[in-house]
This record gives sequence, C-alpha cells and structure tokens, in this order.
Amino acid sequence: MKVNAVILCAFSLAGTLLADTMRVQVQSSQVRGTPSFLGQVVTTLTYGQAVETTGAQGPWMQVRTSDGKTGWVHSSALTTKRLSTQTGGAVSAGASGDELALAGKGFSADGEAQFKAQHADIDFSWVDRMLKMNASSAQIATFAKAGGLKQNGGAR
Amino acid sequence: MNSRPYFLFGAALALALLLPTGCSTVAEYSTLAGQAAGVITSDQAQSINRTAAAVEKTFQDITPEQEYYIGRSVAATVMATYRPYDQSALNQYLTVLGQTLAQYSDRPETFGGYHFLAIETEEVNAFAAPGGLILVSRGLLRCCRSEDALAAVLAHEIGHVQNRHGLRAIKKGRLNSALTTLAVEAGKNLGGADLAEATKAFEGSITDISSALMNSGYARSFENDADAVAVQILTRAGYSPSALIVMLREMKSRIGTDTTRGFGKTHPSPDSRIQHVSALIGSQPAVAVPAARQQRFNDVIARLR
Repeated sequence: MKVNAVILCAFSLAGTLLADTMRVQVQSSQVRGTPSFLGQVVTTLTYGQAVETTGAQGPWMQVRTSDGKTGWVHSSALTTKRLSTQTGGAVSAGASGDELALAGKGFSADGEAQFKAQHADIDFSWVDRMLKMNASSAQIATFAKAGGLKQNGGAR
Repeated sequence: MNSRPYFLFGAALALALLLPTGCSTVAEYSTLAGQAAGVITSDQAQSINRTAAAVEKTFQDITPEQEYYIGRSVAATVMATYRPYDQSALNQYLTVLGQTLAQYSDRPETFGGYHFLAIETEEVNAFAAPGGLILVSRGLLRCCRSEDALAAVLAHEIGHVQNRHGLRAIKKGRLNSALTTLAVEAGKNLGGADLAEATKAFEGSITDISSALMNSGYARSFENDADAVAVQILTRAGYSPSALIVMLREMKSRIGTDTTRGFGKTHPSPDSRIQHVSALIGSQPAVAVPAARQQRFNDVIARLR
C-alpha cells in the first residue's frame, strides 16, 4: 500500500507539472475557433489570465478558459512562467525560482512616469497615437486577398 | 517483491521531475547545501542568493510587459530626434501592411502589439523599438519601388522585435541591479534607494537601446538574423523574398559610401547582407505581383515622390 501511495504520488506530481496551465503574457489576446488569425473570435483573454492547454497545432495552442470556452491561441501570447502585475502583487499565489522577473517599479508605468518627469523634452503623445493605430482582422483579410497574399492567417 | 521495480520507477520519475532544469536555481541549491552543512547562516544564504541571482539576469528575464514600457520610452526618445510624418493615408497603409506581416512571424503577439509610423527625415533609416513600435523614414520609403520591397523593410524590423535585439543592447550590469532589486522586493513597496536604483536602470536601458538604434547599430549577426526573419515572413506571406535584395541594392546606390549618418552608419554594408540573403533564398521561383498590389502601393507611396 505504501508503495502504491508513492507511485500515485509520483504520477499525480507528474500530472500536476505536465497539465499545462499557461498564462496570457500580452495585454489582450483572442481565442479563435480555428488555429489561424482568420478564425472566428470565441473570446478575448487579458494579461495574466490562466488557461488549460489541451493540444497544439504548429504555433497554435488549443486552450480551455476558466469559464469553459475552448479555442486556439497563438503560442507567442502564452507563457508557462508565472506573471506578476506591475504593482508587484503576484497574479497567482505562490512564487518559485523560475518565475518571470517581477515588474516592480522600474520597467513599468511608474518607471515611465519618472522618465517623463526627467525629460520634459521627450513627448509621448505620438507613442500613444501609434498604439491606437490598428488594422482590424477584416481589414487584414481584405488586404491579403486583394494583394494576392497567402491567406492562412498565420496557420502552418 | 514485484512492486519494487515500480517503486524505483516512481521514485526516479519523482526525482527527475524535481531536479532543477534551469541554471537560475543552481545558486539556491548550493546555498541550501551550505546551510545544511552548517557552513553559512540563513541570513548569509539569503544575501548570496540575491547576489548569485544578479549574476544570472539577462534580457530573457525581462517580461513582455516590461519590454512594452521600455519600447514606449525608446520610441518617444527616437521621435524626439526624428519628427513623425503626419500623413494618415501613408500611416494607415504602413499599419495594415505591417500588422499583416507580423501575423506571419514567429512572434505575432507582443504585449502591446506591432505598430507602424513614418518619420519625416530624408535620411534612409528605420527603427524598431522593443515590443513592436516600428518607425520608417520618408527617405527609406522613397527607396521602395514596390509593396514587396516595403514589406521587406518592415519584415526586417519585425525580425529585430521578434529576436528582442533592442533588449539585448541593454548593458548587462543594469539588468542585474534592476531585475534583482525588483524580484527581491516583490510584494513590498520599494524604498527610496531601491526606487532610485530602478529609475536609474530604466533610464540607462533607454539610453543603451536608443544609442544602438541611432548611433552604434547592432552587431552584424543581429542584422543577419533580422534578414533571415524577413525572408521567412515574406515567403510565408506570399511576397517575393528577393525584394529584400532589390531593396538592399537600392539602398546601396542611395547611401553610397556615406557611413556618417542614417542607415549607412548603423548597418553593415549592403553587399555583405546581399550575399547572406541570396544564400538564404537560393533559387526560388519569382512571385507574380497582382496589379492591385502594385496599384495600392503607387497610390500611397508614389505620392511621396
């Protein structure tokens, strides 16, 4: 019985480590119905949100969200590392040696505010304008089609 | 008796799963060993862990969110020297073309996404700030004769972002102090000294990257890596990868032997890049360019001439 318990323990440990919980490492990312940027948007994930990965196809990960929605997310939007918010509070409880460096007050909105205070000559208004300049999925699809590009939306 | 091999297997599996896989944990394990042997106190161990961790910090420890904030300040710094070119049709075209190309890259998603803007200078130049803020000069746009050529330029810049080349220009000592302080102080408010250290690290990082972009340039290997990504993106998207060579030849004739400013100053000679890119492309069949592709390019870019 003791032996069985050890085996069980070893395997459940394996299960815990291999059951892939991944976190969103970008501001927001869309879950799509198919493994492609052309896929229908199922839901939108935000920074730090955890998802269970259930499969992969090329660079796309099949995921299940905490509210049970399933679909595909590009792997560049996900990480297996723990993330913390820029205010220093961990998004998830617990900390480990492999967690991403905590954002703290240096490379963050606070750091930027300090930088701005010291450089009145540097104007961020165009940076803010740039970040709002976006092409929609529909615009990109139309652009690719009209230009005779390969229309696979990053699928491989 | 039969259960013994299973037990051993289970134990081995558990051990394998527990073994440290990254070098970042090595320092901690050895200080634990030191504590167990009674050689050092736990206080000493803590300070050693902090120091050892500092030695191991690299650009890879920078999170995508931190990269985003670094990129914002770098882009703002570059735009303090190079004025944005406020042409909405042009910037819209750069945006849709650039964001389309990014989808074919290995890193289509960054924290804040890829964004593209023209800058007014006649200097032949382009800048990629960390996280995906990409600036292209009017002088460089004038070198482009086709959408494929412009796509080659933008894809090269996406290559710098994908490979996090900007972050790699940060002097290592800075990251040691910045990231270690922050990790140690996580969950607490930073004190005055730590805050000053973090601010200095941020400031210094912006200077390191901005000066690599505007003055010293990247190592030749980074440019070759960015060219390799460009070839990959162009091929995946259905653009002609040889447009990158066309572009490099055009730039060579425009900048001549002027290595005192712009592109000529910060990039290796077009000849060496042409050689590298040619080897990458090999003998791929030419891509037929639909009339609509050339037309929309002419509608926007030809107006610059």
